[in-house]
Amino acid sequence: MSEVIPAQAKVRQVDPARPARRRRPWASRRAIGQPLLYAMLVSLAIVYIFPFLVQLATSVKTDAEAADSALSLVPQTFTFAAYEALFGRSDYPIWFANSAIVTVCVTLGRVFFASLAGYALARLDFRGRGVIFALVVGVMAVPAVVLLIPKFLVLNQIGMYDSYAGMILPLLVDAAGVFIMKNFFESIPVSVEEQARIDGAGTFRVFWSIVLPMARPALITIVILSFQGSWNELSHFIVSTQSPELTTLTKGVASLASGQLSQGTQYPLKLAAAAIMTIPVAVLFFIFQKRIMNNTEGAVKG
Amino acid sequence: MPNTVTTPRAGSRKSSGIRRGETAAGWLFTAPVILILGLFLFVPVLMAIWVSVSDWQGRGSPLSGEVGFVGLDNYAAVTSGGGLAERNFGLSLRNNAWYVALVVPLQTALSLFLAVLVNRAILRGRGFFRTAFYFPSVTSSVAITILWLFLFSTTGVVNSFLGWFGISGPNWFNDPSQIFHNALATIGITGAPEALTGGGPLGVSWYEWLGGPSVAMFAFMLMAIFTTSGTFMLLFIAALQNVGAELGEAGVMDGASGWQRFWHITLPQLRPTLFTVLTLGLIGCWQVFEQIYTGTQGGPAKTTLTPAYLSYQSAFVGQEWGEGSAIAFILFLIIIAFTVLQRWVLRERPVSKRRARQYEIRETAR
Repeated sequence: MSEVIPAQAKVRQVDPARPARRRRPWASRRAIGQPLLYAMLVSLAIVYIFPFLVQLATSVKTDAEAADSALSLVPQTFTFAAYEALFGRSDYPIWFANSAIVTVCVTLGRVFFASLAGYALARLDFRGRGVIFALVVGVMAVPAVVLLIPKFLVLNQIGMYDSYAGMILPLLVDAAGVFIMKNFFESIPVSVEEQARIDGAGTFRVFWSIVLPMARPALITIVILSFQGSWNELSHFIVSTQSPELTTLTKGVASLASGQLSQGTQYPLKLAAAAIMTIPVAVLFFIFQKRIMNNTEGAVKG
Repeated sequence: MPNTVTTPRAGSRKSSGIRRGETAAGWLFTAPVILILGLFLFVPVLMAIWVSVSDWQGRGSPLSGEVGFVGLDNYAAVTSGGGLAERNFGLSLRNNAWYVALVVPLQTALSLFLAVLVNRAILRGRGFFRTAFYFPSVTSSVAITILWLFLFSTTGVVNSFLGWFGISGPNWFNDPSQIFHNALATIGITGAPEALTGGGPLGVSWYEWLGGPSVAMFAFMLMAIFTTSGTFMLLFIAALQNVGAELGEAGVMDGASGWQRFWHITLPQLRPTLFTVLTLGLIGCWQVFEQIYTGTQGGPAKTTLTPAYLSYQSAFVGQEWGEGSAIAFILFLIIIAFTVLQRWVLRERPVSKRRARQYEIRETAR
């Protein structure tokens, strides 16, 4: 008790000094001292950031130096040899192009299909809507890893194995995207569409010219999620392709890791490969940072 | 499900006026989703169920007449065959169970801790810290695994760092020794007690079951915590911002300490988010695949083998399609079972009588 009473007294003293709404005394009052808090945050941030700095630094080191002084962030011999090897003497450009093709197609497809279905599920009153919605919910519950063998079986059966179609088509729809769009469309007032309907616009016309343009925030969310998801996708490409010319970045770089294409450890090369792969999602992340941070929050609230 | 459409449900109204033709449009709009989900999710699962009870060897179509029905043989082979398939499955379960048991609580606690730290309104550089903690979550597991292989290599960053303190770190990803065995060895207990060396479930001895994750798996566990804590932190931040300040202020007035207020006032309000994070964590942790594929392929000494990777390996490498599918379905059941269990443990309960009495006593004491 002796510990609690002074704390209480302190709060009462501080209270009139600031507007009460601006802070939450119970949450921001420090059980630990302010300097200690910052020391803890800074050291945690270093733990989270340092690996990426090491990655960049090592990618411009020589092989020998990467092994000898892993901790140092300043290379003694600065060299772009790893990057030259990747782009000059390996299939890396092909992997990159494949990842780009798949990501663009998947993102466009997901945006379109998810908004179509989301609109129908939110706004169109039709027989079977409940069943479709239940199907989409049910599908979300199936873990992706369980579907590895099944996906291969079907792709193989319908002759899509080892083709762009087989890589792209199964990724075109994801239940989460349909959910996000449905929730968004439900938040738009119905009166907006009714005006257009009275003017004689058809369902698709209303969807395309009236509602879709209003859904830009939700569409951007789906673009971000699809881009990130398909760029980072690995397991689906493992089971849907085998040709070297259809290898994506994730698959190619994973094969580098197990040393199939390189002799020795070659850490600068591998880390350069991983670093380049991270750049597109990192750029996207920093452009849409606020939105990405809020997405997750919105997903939980909704 | 909130029904924002103001018209009555289908069937009870005439298809006329401005809402005419909506059934056709509805089906048309959802057709792509239905087709793709049906073709690449629903049909595949049915096919895989068939393969898991067949003797298909990967040649030709599994639906052709030459493929025979073998009942539950594939399931039996991995759960009671007494052979390599059973031991592999046992080891993969052992590895993944430890992974789940340690990663899920740690990532939940860490992400909640991070969220509470960065949620302070008066904190300077909030945005920076959030970004720093979240960034690992957006990078691909392949890129992170490559980085991890380097950080935890013999001469890597982690061992160099440990070297400062005079500790010579292990050869992380090549070390199959189990961490609890190692811990016992430091106090002089080496080797297994007689009682535990005998047969345990699934061809894995009790000594192996209880030894904890291997050093290699431990490195993967650290990686999982590193990459998921940021995402879960965001979920907790969102929830913390919805927690009303009034209760906390009342707590302050009643003289509750910071820790008491967190434990008795904030945490109960975070319950739904806690449930989400734990469930997502459990589901994710039982699906460890990409890290293993990229990093160790189940080695060293099968101590990073997981059911997900074993399922893939049995089918695509070992051409044991039936066994691979059987493992996948068992894994599916495990995930469902754990999710249900968790839902039950964390269900909303009425306040028990004992609890209620506690509150009464406090009330009169005051």
